[in-house]
Amino acid sequence: MTIAEKILAKASGKKAVLPNEIVMAKVDVAMSHENADVVLRSFRDIGIKKVWDNEKIVILFDHRIPAESEKSATTHKRLRAFVKEQNIKYFYDMKEGICHQILPEFGHCRPGEVLVGTDSHTTTHGAFGTFATGIGATEMAGVWATGELWLKVPESIKITVSGTFKNYVSAKDLILHIIGELGSDGANYNAVEFHGETIRNMSIASRMVLSNLSMEMGAKVAFVVPDEKTISYVQKNSDKNLETILPDEDAKYIKEINIDITNLESQVACPHSVDNVKLLKEIAGTKIHQALIGSCTNGRLEDLAIAAKILNGKNIHPEIRLLVIPASRRIYLEAIKNGFIEIFVKAGGLVLNPGCGPCLGAHQGLLAPEEVCVATTNRNFKGRMGSPESFVYLASPATVAASAIRGEISEPC
Amino acid sequence: MLIRGKVYKFASNINTDVIYPGKYLSITTDREEMAKHCFEAAYPEFLENAKKGDIIVSGKNFGCGSSREQAATCLKYFGIGAVVAESFARIFYRNAINLALPVIIAPGISQKIEHNDTIEINLETGIIKNMRTTEIIKANRLPPFILKIINDGGLIPYLKKKLKNSNIIRRIQ
Repeated sequence: MTIAEKILAKASGKKAVLPNEIVMAKVDVAMSHENADVVLRSFRDIGIKKVWDNEKIVILFDHRIPAESEKSATTHKRLRAFVKEQNIKYFYDMKEGICHQILPEFGHCRPGEVLVGTDSHTTTHGAFGTFATGIGATEMAGVWATGELWLKVPESIKITVSGTFKNYVSAKDLILHIIGELGSDGANYNAVEFHGETIRNMSIASRMVLSNLSMEMGAKVAFVVPDEKTISYVQKNSDKNLETILPDEDAKYIKEINIDITNLESQVACPHSVDNVKLLKEIAGTKIHQALIGSCTNGRLEDLAIAAKILNGKNIHPEIRLLVIPASRRIYLEAIKNGFIEIFVKAGGLVLNPGCGPCLGAHQGLLAPEEVCVATTNRNFKGRMGSPESFVYLASPATVAASAIRGEISEPC
Repeated sequence: MLIRGKVYKFASNINTDVIYPGKYLSITTDREEMAKHCFEAAYPEFLENAKKGDIIVSGKNFGCGSSREQAATCLKYFGIGAVVAESFARIFYRNAINLALPVIIAPGISQKIEHNDTIEINLETGIIKNMRTTEIIKANRLPPFILKIINDGGLIPYLKKKLKNSNIIRRIQ
């Protein structure tokens, strides 16, 4: 069996499951951010007084922090009251950061478990060997009530990566390349498994980039096969017993893809879809108005480190804005300690509080008509970051930092 | 269940930011209000031209992107009768079922149906009839389990029914 099949068999109390079978799976972690307010409405409709397990639900705020409107402030207030009422053990108010960084930091991502979140990029946690997938608000209400969820066992795609990255080329370029090849529905409903020496050599943060963006090719879950690195990271943050689940040697895949990254170049996803991927050199010189480093995809310490290295002692182009958003409070503190924040501020960047920021077009740096942004985020849909007449290009932190200096999309060097 | 309506047609890869813009995500409970913003930024003409009871027909990967349930809720409360597509992104598909908005996978549908055609869908058999051409299109049948959730009026009424006599509710209350 594949990792997905093994975890779902375990979660549904079966010896084995087959792809496309529908199972009732027991949920280990159920995460919601501000949209817990939508969940709450449906939960009240069910008419149950208490949630199934107050230690398995995680609620946090990251999408609109600090509140950008009275409406959001009221949402936050209502949810804080709900957290108290239900005695939800794991609640992270707006001081901590983005859900897809907070969950691993606080030990909620463990291999072999089922984690669901009312956020599409919940696939991120597959980087720890967790069956992690995004679900809707109403079905989360069902999970809050029963602790279970119906899931179709996905077919699996095996992606094996070999080779060493060229200078300034990173996990973001690799996953954009893969999405460009497979298309935005290339892994629709599927489980993806990342294998190979390149993946084993990758940091946890880089692995999370792969699992995070796999959502943009439709993946239901995106595993990195757990190894010593996974175990040591998870044990640092969680004291629960670990059960690492690995795929069987004879696991069946619907597709096997081998990629050698030795000659991989910097990639950019052009407007208005994530699979509209081009080589950076094809579009270099495109004028920008805003550069954004952050998000659940690329707001981690290694992302800030490479950006700081490029921006050190430099000024950003006078006609652009640079926004930097560390993914979490811990990362923010590390970035201060390492001097990165000073570099960004000296260069002319605006450092914002950890959170989702303008990625989803809520607040903190939206775009006017005709404006162009190059961002390390995960979506470039029409109108995603503000005006439907604006343009978002997705790239690596190195590319975005280099572009901020030149005022146009540029190769990092 | 038979669903009949006029077709409002879209291309492929219609994402949830396009269906329901991110700036309105702070609307969390007022479903009638959500319905006023369907496709507002990208296809503003939808709100003028679409009518209650219309059926959306789209290419592949309808509802890709964010998990925002508002994308399915706004269509449901606008009064869209069903969404038929070559394929759906998985979270939108689940959300629609959970809200009892019928979603039908019909490979090849975009070639066989035009904007403003009237179609009739039989949810049980998966048969779609184009009333203009009288052509019959075979869509994928919904699994019985999913049909049951839709027939019950969505996941919440379905769960209420299921939990009524179960141990879970006795344990909790």
